[in-house]
Amino acid sequence: MAELDQTPVAGNGLLDRRIFLKAGVAGGAALLTAQAGGVEREAWMKMPGAPMSDNGVPSAHEAHVKRLAVSSQPGTTGTGVSRTPLEFLDGLITPSRLHFERHHSGIPDINPDEHRLVIHGMVERPLSFSLEALARYPIKSRIQFLECSGNSGGLIAPEPIQQSCGVLHGLVAASEWGGVPLSVLLDEAGVKPGAKWIIADGADAAMMSRSVPLAKVMDDAIVALYQNGERLRPGNGYPMRLFLPGWEGNACVKWLRTIKVMNQPAMTKDETSKYSDLNEEGIARLFTFPMGVKSIITNPSHGFTMGPAGPYQVSGIAWSGSGRIRRVEVSADGGGSWADAALDEHVLSRCLTRFRSAWRWDGGPAVIMSRATDDAGNVQPTRRAVLEGRANGAFYHYNGIQAWAVSAVGEVTNVYA
Amino acid sequence: MSTRNALWLVCVGAIGTGAALADDSPGLGQELTARELAAVDFTIMPDGDGLPAGAGDAVTGRDIYNQNCLACHGENGTGGVNDVLSGGHGSLAGPKPLKTVGSYWPYATTIFDYLRRAMPFQMPGSLSNDDIYAVTAYLLFVNDIIAEDAEINAESLPLVKMPNRDNFVWGYTPE
Ligand code: HEC
Repeated sequence: MAELDQTPVAGNGLLDRRIFLKAGVAGGAALLTAQAGGVEREAWMKMPGAPMSDNGVPSAHEAHVKRLAVSSQPGTTGTGVSRTPLEFLDGLITPSRLHFERHHSGIPDINPDEHRLVIHGMVERPLSFSLEALARYPIKSRIQFLECSGNSGGLIAPEPIQQSCGVLHGLVAASEWGGVPLSVLLDEAGVKPGAKWIIADGADAAMMSRSVPLAKVMDDAIVALYQNGERLRPGNGYPMRLFLPGWEGNACVKWLRTIKVMNQPAMTKDETSKYSDLNEEGIARLFTFPMGVKSIITNPSHGFTMGPAGPYQVSGIAWSGSGRIRRVEVSADGGGSWADAALDEHVLSRCLTRFRSAWRWDGGPAVIMSRATDDAGNVQPTRRAVLEGRANGAFYHYNGIQAWAVSAVGEVTNVYA
Repeated sequence: MSTRNALWLVCVGAIGTGAALADDSPGLGQELTARELAAVDFTIMPDGDGLPAGAGDAVTGRDIYNQNCLACHGENGTGGVNDVLSGGHGSLAGPKPLKTVGSYWPYATTIFDYLRRAMPFQMPGSLSNDDIYAVTAYLLFVNDIIAEDAEINAESLPLVKMPNRDNFVWGYTPE
């Protein structure tokens, strides 16, 4: 095994990220010691395995990896959230079954043959599209993140909430989203001069409704039909949803039913009462769509217990609603010093980017954190900077730096640093 | 020309919309009649565009509220298990902001728009337009915004100025 250069590059044992580029790091010691060849079979090698199946499910040994903190408002069952278990995942794509959900009145059981997408309002020709028709349009596909604007809202609590990374930050996920560019459909309908917004309605029982600027829609919005190669899951908008790259999840209306082209926003409940940002002077900001630059260390994170002192991989995700992640820095001394993390090969625009750092834990107390910078130059702010000037309880669009404390006995907890 | 493009041209010709289409669009949208459109159009704009015929006041609204809403939102819109709908006036700039329909919402039209879409929670779509105007009037009345006998209809609702209307700025402004 190649000798690792374990000279720290930042305080408290952070090692050079190039360790991940060197061959042999993962290679273990020589395998088995000498014994007679061809005698050993584990139990599962002594008879044919399970039959063929027409549907894949995770290993029974991974049954504990589920959506977290599934909750609904009092008296309801489908008006709430379920979160992506970030601490159990690696890579950048979120398995569809673990993609977080946020619904306002449950998941509608839509008959795809009866569902229509209607485009109307300030258009020359109001049009209706069946799913079958939409599936015949050229599909545009991108791997991108989707984040609820309420993600990480628990971090505004005065004392750090002792919950796992996924419970605290799991309203984010990344998928390959495939669909029809909405601009193609709007061009077909013929947008009239003076139009500036669309109002998108869902076919759920709450008829979720959001106004979205026409400029964004014409730029990169799609009517998504596919998620990770298969048709959307019901909880993510089957048979079709609006997808607005980099913008808050709530505006990416699921179960998309109507699009009304208008010259002004409708001021719906979910863009005024909710999903608006109140400051300490009582002034609220509407239409704060893009999600800020952000990163979180997912491993180790709250609830992990470290093994013996020695070298560890610190890994996490970074993303920005404005573009690509340019850089992620990691600190092991509570922000006193920082070292660049290695980014996995796929650094895509408005997508989760996986970062990794090597850290030699000396067995003592430490505070680890990560800080992302995007290609527009936006740097992830501190918690204090995010909360500066906000009203008490204003939790949307929280993108502060997350700190995890490692205790002398190796327990990892959520701290403010 | 690729086979795909040729196929699309056939489709376009078959429907004969005559629309100017982008090169990469098969043009499969079906035109709708005004009646079909109206049926799926629930949007109500802040200027009242989209409000249907009908009317109601807080006196009738109280009964409708008590029957259909009180169980979840509490008496007079407070003290229920779900969102608080009244009170909180003047609290937004203080240490404990209480956002309610009365203290926070910028537009009265949003009340009608939202109730017609989504409430009562377990049976959306079950109230008549008159009922929704009446409950809207009731929520405005319990928030001290209109008088108990004020009639709320398509003309009067957009004229109601919500107390917090001027405390909003836009994070996005179209060119
Ligand atoms: C079974 C419980 C239930 C009943 C009955 C009910 N609601 Fe609701 N209401 C809710 C829930 C849950 C929400 C939150 C929905 C969401 O998260 O989008 C809500 C939200 C609201 C809101 C938005 C509050 C805000 O500040 O954003 C208003 C207004 C409202 N309801 C009014 C009514 C009225 C009026 C009625 C009667 C016609 C009614 N509700 C009946 C459960 C109920």
